[in-house]
Amino acid sequence: MDRPVFQPALEGGFVGRSVPRLEDLPMLTGSGRYAADISFPRELHMRVVRSSHAHARIVAIDASAARELPGCVAVWTSEDVADIPPIDFRPTRVQGLEPYRQPVLARGRVRYVGEPVAVVFAEDPYLAEDAADLVAMEVEELPVVLSADRGTEAAVIRKGYGDVAAAFAAAHAVVELDLAIGRHSGVPLETRGAIARYDAMRDVLELHGATKRPHANRDLLARMLAREPSSIHLYEGHVGGGFGVRGEIYPEDVLVCAAALRLGRPVKWIEDRRENLMACNHSREQRHRVRAAIDAEGRILGIDDEFFHDQGAYVRTHGARVADMTAGMLPGPYRVPAYRAIGHYRLTNKTPAATYRAPGRYEATFVCERLLDAIAAKIGIDRVEARRRNLIPKTEMPYARELDVIDTELVLDSGDYAGLLDKALARAGWPALQRELETRRAAGEAVGAGLAFFVEKSGLGPVDGARVSMAADGTFDVVTGAASLGQGVETVLAQIAADALGVDYRRVRVAHGCTDRIEQGYGSHASRTTVMTGSAVHIAATKLRENMQPGCSAQGSFKSEHMTYPYGAHIAVVKVDRETGGVAVERYLAAFDIGRAVNPRLVEGQIEGGVVQGLGGALLEEFVYDAQGSPLSVTLADYAMPTACEAPGIAVLLTEDAPSPLNPLGIKGAGEGGVNPVGAVIASAIDDALGVPGAVTRLPVTPARLVEIMRAERR
Amino acid sequence: MKPPPFSYHDPQTIPDVIGLLQRLENNRLLAGGQSLMPMLNMRLVLPDHLIDLNKVEGLAYIRETGGALEIGAMTRQREIEFAGAVRERCPLMHEAILQVGHRQTRNRGTLGGSLCQLDPSAELVTVAAALDATVAVAGPKGTREIPFSKFPKTYMTPAIGPDELLTGARFPLWAKNHGHAFVEFARRHGDFAIVSAAALLEEDGAGKIKRASVTLGGVGPAPVRVKELERAIVGSAASDALFRDACEICRKIEAMQDVHAPSSYRQHLAAVLSRRALEKAHARIGGGRG
Repeated sequence: MDRPVFQPALEGGFVGRSVPRLEDLPMLTGSGRYAADISFPRELHMRVVRSSHAHARIVAIDASAARELPGCVAVWTSEDVADIPPIDFRPTRVQGLEPYRQPVLARGRVRYVGEPVAVVFAEDPYLAEDAADLVAMEVEELPVVLSADRGTEAAVIRKGYGDVAAAFAAAHAVVELDLAIGRHSGVPLETRGAIARYDAMRDVLELHGATKRPHANRDLLARMLAREPSSIHLYEGHVGGGFGVRGEIYPEDVLVCAAALRLGRPVKWIEDRRENLMACNHSREQRHRVRAAIDAEGRILGIDDEFFHDQGAYVRTHGARVADMTAGMLPGPYRVPAYRAIGHYRLTNKTPAATYRAPGRYEATFVCERLLDAIAAKIGIDRVEARRRNLIPKTEMPYARELDVIDTELVLDSGDYAGLLDKALARAGWPALQRELETRRAAGEAVGAGLAFFVEKSGLGPVDGARVSMAADGTFDVVTGAASLGQGVETVLAQIAADALGVDYRRVRVAHGCTDRIEQGYGSHASRTTVMTGSAVHIAATKLRENMQPGCSAQGSFKSEHMTYPYGAHIAVVKVDRETGGVAVERYLAAFDIGRAVNPRLVEGQIEGGVVQGLGGALLEEFVYDAQGSPLSVTLADYAMPTACEAPGIAVLLTEDAPSPLNPLGIKGAGEGGVNPVGAVIASAIDDALGVPGAVTRLPVTPARLVEIMRAERR
Repeated sequence: MKPPPFSYHDPQTIPDVIGLLQRLENNRLLAGGQSLMPMLNMRLVLPDHLIDLNKVEGLAYIRETGGALEIGAMTRQREIEFAGAVRERCPLMHEAILQVGHRQTRNRGTLGGSLCQLDPSAELVTVAAALDATVAVAGPKGTREIPFSKFPKTYMTPAIGPDELLTGARFPLWAKNHGHAFVEFARRHGDFAIVSAAALLEEDGAGKIKRASVTLGGVGPAPVRVKELERAIVGSAASDALFRDACEICRKIEAMQDVHAPSSYRQHLAAVLSRRALEKAHARIGGGRG
């Protein structure tokens, strides 16, 4: 075959261009392979029997009727999995969390509605559900705790620096707020799924439907099932949304693996929506009592925050990371000479919580930006001016904050915060917008604009690797330990490789999400893939170019001790219906500096999707429980996610003014800047529409709550 | 999300349906399936027999006769949406149907399915109450008519016997120059309304309100005709103050509460939306565009 070995690369390269995605063809032609599309001959179907009690002692579980149902192969309760330890969390400096890990099946006690108490294995999913309905549980009800104001304190996160007491003693004024973020989470349209198969010939256990962190999950499963990691392989297919919740090890993942080994048949489990909303990680719910000490010009002298993190019933794989990141990231883009955060990480009788896109930061930015608005109101200055006076100047970059975030030192690597603020205000036409809103308010409309500035974190280390090789036909294989959550990993890594190799990106195949292709991998989370895996691919491809022959390959490894910190500003215009409490988002601008955008269109997609998710948490989404701890938001009719109909037009301003000095391409991660400040900016905009600074203290701002806010204001 | 086992029946005629209803214990009728299928999948209903009405002849029609619009039980909501007779002669229903779910659900959802499901927030249920509709029910002893005010027996339960089925409904038409409005407040496009309000108004030659109908959906366990409000405005000339004051009565209606809103908020919305519906209906009298 006479193919040109080298296709001429695009002039100026592929990085920085919005080239079409390599992933799209199977999706657009209905040939995608999601978890439910994967089947094996002789597979069994697993159904989880879940607790309908929020807190109870298990007196007895009677599975005899289920076992007798024709087609039911096995029923397991906790005795059947007594040898499997509870699910571990990532290594952490936070001590004392071990007793609160979740067992794969409840032992002696159930602690939230939805907790797995038994599993049924049957010949088809209908029979599995029939059998599950026959499992009877006798319990003795126990008191339930549904607020982090109470609840077992599993850990306390303490962070801070400087003399907070002195800052408050010297303050010209103090602003003090009591703020709450509602319980909500990432809700992927594709629910979770896990298909396990044991191949006795190779002595390999396969788990299909993996994503996010296949290698780490392999190692965790190996420990729990007492197997060698090399005898377990995880495989990733297409993923219908990750958002932090998908791709962690949950009880169901362990159970399908154990069952495939013990029952000698492939085992498939596909989560249904009702399960998804009560079994998959929740997130976000925190209450903050926060104070800021300020001088006469509104400059921050100190921040003192005490917060209560509602973890739900168990510590899951993230440990206390969300509370940790909240405390670490709360000072945001501002100079804060003295800081103290005390986070009470408490257990309640709700679905356990963990990370959801911009974990800890959606919460922290809401708190920090509510403070900045309150400072502006207190001093009587414009909200923009309050931020200008406190932003860390470009000249002080890199800026080391005496804080750590998830066990890494917080060093803001680069940034021109004031510069981006100016650009965002200019793009929004801020002065003209203010005049327009004044006119409309004078005519009786409740319209307002909100502004929020934020710092994200991305590119979590410590290391990543890649292998690039040239095939005989002149194409290239890039093998990575990354995962794809649908965000365009293959395209972006191919663009980076193509430029280093000097070839067309369409000649580059990117492998990800398969533990049998590469020894180590760190998956896709924490906005790390383009930064970490991308850098490793760049290094490997650059090496290969030195000796580019068919059959040759090169390894690349990239280490980073510090994260990179992208930053942004969002501006929203809202209209409040004073009578119904309805909020319409009329306009939205998301400005974001990510150092260098490898594929701007994909970055814009990340931001727009994130903004819409953020609007969900700001206005619509909340996991509500009744007084007995029964979840009331277990369908998509009652858990109200925004749809395309609720999404406003979103303008994205991408800037590349502050490339990261920490990696060869200057990249910062782009996955979470869309969602991060949305709660903050919507709160600010509603305040402005009502003409009441500080009106919003609690998310989501539901119509009923907003009517109450307006009623209280009139009194 | 998998239903338990059931037997499926697909009769072709109304007498066949009635025969099955008489013969089969623990049955459910399947119309458009937009509520029943999820309820089956979530095992909220556990029928032994599912009787599919989709092949039954003579249940899908829209016709104007004797000052009323007659619509068959299996008429798809999407057909109602596009029917000229509905748009021209019963604009309240046209305005309401555009707020029923999404076009995908309207393609399958039927009039009869919605009326029998009797969700108190459902638009068509509220419209039927507003227009004083009559429903036709067929059973072993023939067909009988039930005024819609007597149709809801209890919460989400129609007054239909176990061997009867709804075949259609009759919606009396208002005078050609009447004003109408269907307004609702839902958290998202296509959601069931938290509260909806339907208003119909006719004026006499002297500019006084001659006839009024105000109905609230989503407040009580069934749609609420606010007769006291209707009486308070009939005989008076419309004004902002008249509507505002008269609608305050809606705050006293006993209201439901759920995950989306407490009862006090529903009562508040009832007053706001009934007033908005009346204002809009009044502006549309005689063909005004409101």
